[in-house]
Amino acid sequence: MKLTLWTYEGPPHVGAMRVATGMRGLHYVLHAPQGDTYADLLFTMIERRDHRPPVTYTTFQARDLGGDTATLFKTACADAVARFNPEALIVGASCTAELIQDDPAGLAGSMDLGIPVIPLDLPSYQRKEGFGTDETFLQIVRHLAKPCARSEKITANLIGPTALGFRHRDDITEVTRLLADMGIGVNVVAPMTARPSDIARLPAAHFNVLMYPEHAESAARWLEREYKQPFTKTVPIGVGATRDFLAEVGTLTGLPVKSDTSRLRLPWWTRSVDSTYLTGKRVFIFGDGTHVAAAARIARDEMGFDVAGIGCFNREMARPIRTLAKDYGIEALITDDYLEVEAAISALQPEMILGTQMERHIGKRLGIPCAVISAPVHVQDFPARYSPQMGWEGANVIFDTWIHPLVMGLEEHLLHMFRDDFEFHDEAGASHHGAAHKPREQGAEAAPAAADAAGSMPAPDAPLSEVANDHTDPQTADILWLSDAEKELKKIPFFVRGKARRNTEKFAFEKGLTRISVDTLYEAKAHYAR
Amino acid sequence: MTAALPARGCSDTPVLKERGQREVFCGLTGIIWLHRKMQDAFFLVVGSRTCAHLLQSAAGVMIFAEPRFGTAILEEKDLAGLVDAQTELDREVDRLLARRPDIRQLFLVGSCPSEVIKLDLHRAAERMSVKHAPHVRVLNYSGSGIETTFTQGEDACLASMVPVLPATDARELLLVGALPDVVEDQALGLLKALGIGPVRCLPARRDADLPSVGPNTVFALTQPFLGDTHAALQRRGARHLPAPFPFGAEGTTEWLRTIAAEFNVPATLFEAVIAAPRARAEKAIAAAAQTLSGKSIFFFPDSQLEIPLARFLTRECGMTAIEVGTPFLHRDLMAPDLALLAEGPVISEGQDVDLQLARARAARPDLTVCGLGLANPLEAEGLATKWAIELVFTPVHFYEQAGDLAALFARPLRRRALLQNLAPLEAAE
Repeated sequence: MKLTLWTYEGPPHVGAMRVATGMRGLHYVLHAPQGDTYADLLFTMIERRDHRPPVTYTTFQARDLGGDTATLFKTACADAVARFNPEALIVGASCTAELIQDDPAGLAGSMDLGIPVIPLDLPSYQRKEGFGTDETFLQIVRHLAKPCARSEKITANLIGPTALGFRHRDDITEVTRLLADMGIGVNVVAPMTARPSDIARLPAAHFNVLMYPEHAESAARWLEREYKQPFTKTVPIGVGATRDFLAEVGTLTGLPVKSDTSRLRLPWWTRSVDSTYLTGKRVFIFGDGTHVAAAARIARDEMGFDVAGIGCFNREMARPIRTLAKDYGIEALITDDYLEVEAAISALQPEMILGTQMERHIGKRLGIPCAVISAPVHVQDFPARYSPQMGWEGANVIFDTWIHPLVMGLEEHLLHMFRDDFEFHDEAGASHHGAAHKPREQGAEAAPAAADAAGSMPAPDAPLSEVANDHTDPQTADILWLSDAEKELKKIPFFVRGKARRNTEKFAFEKGLTRISVDTLYEAKAHYAR
Repeated sequence: MTAALPARGCSDTPVLKERGQREVFCGLTGIIWLHRKMQDAFFLVVGSRTCAHLLQSAAGVMIFAEPRFGTAILEEKDLAGLVDAQTELDREVDRLLARRPDIRQLFLVGSCPSEVIKLDLHRAAERMSVKHAPHVRVLNYSGSGIETTFTQGEDACLASMVPVLPATDARELLLVGALPDVVEDQALGLLKALGIGPVRCLPARRDADLPSVGPNTVFALTQPFLGDTHAALQRRGARHLPAPFPFGAEGTTEWLRTIAAEFNVPATLFEAVIAAPRARAEKAIAAAAQTLSGKSIFFFPDSQLEIPLARFLTRECGMTAIEVGTPFLHRDLMAPDLALLAEGPVISEGQDVDLQLARARAARPDLTVCGLGLANPLEAEGLATKWAIELVFTPVHFYEQAGDLAALFARPLRRRALLQNLAPLEAAE
């Protein structure tokens, strides 16, 4: 038993729903009690889908238990096939149905439904949503893929995009463009947009583009084994990764690397002098393993940030993320406990978080700006505009998204210079954010952080730790701030105050000091100057 | 603009009972508002990852702070009997209470999995109550989807509190149902002006304010879904004051009138107290009724508020009800509202969602009230919808909110009118 307040991943049957809802012509019969239909709203509300997910819930009640829930399941299968006329059926159990052991696979298999029936075995009490997508897609591919000749022209399958994915819709378009530049066609995109009949012709492609390892790595490995289809290992998020991806495609196909980079702006935008202020910003990165790995590379090599911490919530990616962290000289945080992530961020005091919607809320509370890079998703993560993460346009989108929460270059300097101006002060927030202007009370101490109605910036009442030493680091827990030094610290704008405090305490610890004076503060500043 | 009493109400209308797939939340969802209402209570669901995910999805944007609810997620070893689930639960609760010393009431909330494996949460609550007394009281109820729908979770929670309420012989009025604080204060204000008191509320905002109950207690329900709580209070000797539910000017007036009659409030005082707020409510309703009048409405089952709301919308806003679906029809509690609702609409209980969708498509109502899973798909088919969940998450009771309640239904229709010159929807995907 484990106490959970907020979760990064849903149960595995929600993963199966993401696969089914992304596809067309497939139906999912889920043995589940009333209430499990809540999952429909993830798709109809968060993703604004205009159709109900293709899921029939058997909806058993307490009075059915001990009675004939098996017949209920069989009736639901027969009704679903008659009503929705799918090309194939996936069947499985949610957590409660798993306990009553009706064996959906056996029951559906015993019926003559006239279409392929694919049983899912998703252990609800051991695994989570990511496993659900990956395993469901693997089973669909195993059951439906048929031997067929390779296409005449070189083609690829794009595998991994699902419903409720972080920008999957637009990544498909972007990757299709990248391949088209090299003269490579797309055979099938799956699960998203594919019909069961499309899955049958997956083996016609020359290779697979594994867009999201979280959702399709097992299927990619199976196709490699069964149909000798190689798959790409690089996820093309960021400029460097996109170049590596194209090189990998070139190697797999023997085609020369060609790409129209005329629309790629990140390299100039990041070199232009306005971006100087981004240099060395300490960022904490958390999300699913794929997006975290991509973000770490972009942060260091393309934005000039300092990666202060990374981690992922999906244990399946623990090993690669731990390895990656070593490259960056840091420890990886592998956890699905929201409170642990909050504690890590609080201790590290980064200047920015690249995370999920959960970290956005942590950032609000701690007064640290956050840009969202990964699922779990929120309605805000489905913008109306074209907004991919992959490829050249994805790099442009990422540049804009990441700098938006920050206070920009010259504005940052002005805040440093005139920090006591009652109207133009750090608590008023970045001038390009839409929150109401808040004049500071005359004579009031600088305390709360900035506001932003759009939510990417700290809430107006977000308490910024005002304790001079918040004792998060046991090493520095005994060091005390003298009151003059504490006052001086408060004159530093909020977006660098955390770093200043942390650096000063670290400096004091290294020097064996137990008291921090104004001099200590400035000695530390000089020590860490760059 | 309240209509005259109907020649025939819906009291004897045969009910269309259906069962099948239900697009309704389970009772756990009530935790979302109950934990805000009871500020020193913590709700610990004993369930699966699905339960945690449901609460998080239903809570939507409320991830602001460490919430006063959580899920003790059952793991493989709990189910396989490798560990004693009761011991595990004790450990998690000890940790929780150590971290949250502000908690005075802890609810162990049963779920589908905990019910199926027959985890005895009642025994656990008794054991923990002894251990953590007097600082924390531990109660249990089931919010499982195999037993409860949506608002029945609140009913189960309040019903679990009734047996532990202190006994009293005092003549007191008890208001039952979780209301937003501002709305509760308005009701208390009106009752005070009528000279009625003392008045207590269940649930109370804090454990220390918990009401007492006894044979001289009379109680009024503010929410229509409190059947079990109603029965539990009667078992404690309290007497129910049956009335239409306080939605709209008419509902509020009749609800207050019933209580006033019980407390022998003079008619002149009653009229004097309600005149101004009732006039304000009628004025505000009239503004929204301009949009709603003459329009038809179809309710999918959701919160059990459907029958009182249909009464309000047909009698005070000029709408026509085509079908009024409710997850569960409690005839006794609903009798005053059913009598006022003119015959005509189909009254349905339970749900087979695909059959009901077929009826809605055939009827083409001007407005469809439904859950979040159905709203966008129906809008895409050209049907205007109102999310039912907003009716539970918005202050809608009593006079001062009557206009807001009508406006909630008018807004989707006004929005459609505003957007009518926009290019038509193309078939998506």
